[in-house]
Amino acid sequence: MENKPKKPTPAIKQNLGRHQDPAERRNNFDEVALGFGLEEAVTEAARCLGCKSKPCELACPVNVKIPEFVDLVYKEDIGAAASKIFETSLFPAICGRVCPQETYCEAACVLKDKFGPVSIGRLERFTADHARRNGLITPPPCAPDTGFKVACVGSGPTSLAVAAELRKLGHAVTVFEALHEFGGVLSYGIPTFRLPREVVRFEVATLKKMGVRFLKNVMIGKSITIEELKKDFDIIYIGSGAGLPSPMNTPGEDLVGVYSSNEFLTRVNLMEAYKFPVTDTPYYIGRKVVVVGGGNTAMDSARCAQRLGPDGVTLLYRRTRAEMPARGEEVENAMEEGIKFEFLTAPVALEGDEKGRLKRVKCVRMALGEPDASGRRKPVPQKGSEFYIEADSLVVAIGASPNPVIQQTTPGLNANKWGGIIVEEATAKTSLDGIYAGGDVVRGGATVLLAMKDGKNAAREIHRKLTGN
Amino acid sequence: MKHDIYSTEGLYRIIEKEELSPTVSRHVIYAPLIAAKAKAGHFVILRAREGGERIPVTLVDWNPERGTVTVIIQAIGKSTTEMNAFKAGESFSDVAGPLGTPVEIKKYGTVLGVGGGVGIAELYPIARAFKEAGNRVISVLGARSKDLLILEKEMAGISERVLVTTDDGSAGKKGLVTDAMKDLYAAGEKIDAIFTIGPVIMMKFVAETSRPHATPTFASLNPIMLDGTGMCGGCRVEVGGKPRFACVDGPMFDAHQTNFDLLLKRTAAYRENEAQALARYAKDHQCRIGLH
Repeated sequence: MENKPKKPTPAIKQNLGRHQDPAERRNNFDEVALGFGLEEAVTEAARCLGCKSKPCELACPVNVKIPEFVDLVYKEDIGAAASKIFETSLFPAICGRVCPQETYCEAACVLKDKFGPVSIGRLERFTADHARRNGLITPPPCAPDTGFKVACVGSGPTSLAVAAELRKLGHAVTVFEALHEFGGVLSYGIPTFRLPREVVRFEVATLKKMGVRFLKNVMIGKSITIEELKKDFDIIYIGSGAGLPSPMNTPGEDLVGVYSSNEFLTRVNLMEAYKFPVTDTPYYIGRKVVVVGGGNTAMDSARCAQRLGPDGVTLLYRRTRAEMPARGEEVENAMEEGIKFEFLTAPVALEGDEKGRLKRVKCVRMALGEPDASGRRKPVPQKGSEFYIEADSLVVAIGASPNPVIQQTTPGLNANKWGGIIVEEATAKTSLDGIYAGGDVVRGGATVLLAMKDGKNAAREIHRKLTGN
Repeated sequence: MKHDIYSTEGLYRIIEKEELSPTVSRHVIYAPLIAAKAKAGHFVILRAREGGERIPVTLVDWNPERGTVTVIIQAIGKSTTEMNAFKAGESFSDVAGPLGTPVEIKKYGTVLGVGGGVGIAELYPIARAFKEAGNRVISVLGARSKDLLILEKEMAGISERVLVTTDDGSAGKKGLVTDAMKDLYAAGEKIDAIFTIGPVIMMKFVAETSRPHATPTFASLNPIMLDGTGMCGGCRVEVGGKPRFACVDGPMFDAHQTNFDLLLKRTAAYRENEAQALARYAKDHQCRIGLH
């Protein structure tokens, strides 16, 4: 690169990357963030001070060697930068997109308060994409076969992390997926405009090249039980996720047009219903859509609905913007795309027509009261504030709990009252010998990064158990 | 022959295909894991190809020796029409399962099986399992007309009596399956349990017919299903006033506790889309024939 800034240049304005124009992107499912070109990446990398204390790396759930890879980006050796990330994290193209860096590495960056942090997440994404598109990624070498067999249940981020780590150590790994596409929530939940399908498929293909076996269409706990699986595998890692939708328990929830966010997102993302009738799975949203919830899933649902071209999408959240659990960036994206936000509002009843189709939503205004168990101020319904919103469809995105099927069909596997599998925190061991668990099936709905971190930790324990090392 | 149930070699290939009627076909598919684990009442989810819809179908038969499962598909919409156009040797892109909760097979005494249309195929393995468990099996089979009546011979092989009804009287007695049930009750037949599979409206009236006699009655519910793994709640049904997921809790539920009217409304959710997709497929199909 010509006129390359001489490192470090912290005072150059932080580059947040290019984005598709909101007016344009609200009509397509292409990726919203366009990221960096090489020059932008090098210029942003030049801002890094290369702190010896590495606060960013320590704040990273999977301890990506951030100052080192950023320096390699600055040196324009992108293949080496990718390899550096691979030393601790095999999925930079995913993490660079869906990790909330603003709460981890970028929050820890010493430049944060004065100039804005280095855009570490965008640099990670750039590194992974550039390396992938230019054939600079070579699967990491695997140790000689140990003869031990490990089964991973589910193919979401936590299982992918376990599979990658254990395969590198020479164990034979089989990943079981209940659906027809691998990736778990990365495929059925997160929309393509945040995480393109090709990225997930590439990561799976890399693991396949390393020798990980992937089996689709097998639902562990139903198709074959954990006990049966135990006869054929030395170790089982359960990463079945938090796929059980939480209902609102509001009258009218069975009306046609009322979806769980899981169903709505699965239809639109996994089944590609947005291409109907070119693809075969239909959706029904009508002209007016309401989404209920304040997390990332609610944002994803609202933004997917907007892209299907209704007259309007309204999001109801019972607290204020300050209490929203969604990433700030996603809330801003949603607002830019024209989603209407009704804060301090909750649905109390859903009303339909004689055919059983949703027609309107009865809502109530809330006010914030005393802090509740979560530390957030509890929303209190305001008497006499009821009003109606017309709606043809409504997406319930108020959370999900651990998938219960394996817990129900595995005698002796202990679960907590929320349905999460109980593990020994340091080792990921469940109540059954040789069976480990991690990710959302333990934590409830958490993040992709914590799921990957659980997977890495479990892999270390599993390896120790198998080999004594 | 011992099959490696974890192998992906040759998966989902159609080994045999037979047309049972102009719209109903029997497919024998290679899927050794499913064949090894299947029980009466289990279902699978089929996808014809990439981009295809997930279609749940109850297993009709399975053979662990051959590593095969048998399903019977009625061409109703685009996806099922496309599936029935497959020939032996072609493959489905996906067959997931076995899924659902198998039927609890126990000794009741006399078990009445009531099947309607293609539901007869799905009733067969369940009736057979009850017969093998030492029950006396009576079957009532309903169809619109004679050419749509399937598996009569197989059902006769495991039933002490078979009563056939058709809408037009072209086979058996003209009338509804509930007429045959009423005849059985009127004749003083002692029925200890009823299992029914067929159109929702038929199962609703089967439940109403047995309710005054307090005969335990179970219906295999067929709501619109998406993932089939308990994740989306799209297949929720109301049983005993509570929401249940047909995919993991069922599909067989206490018919006397089931809200069939809600199920009827929810199964109509995509009727317009379904018609649109089928019309598009038919047009496309004709054009291609025209080019030859």
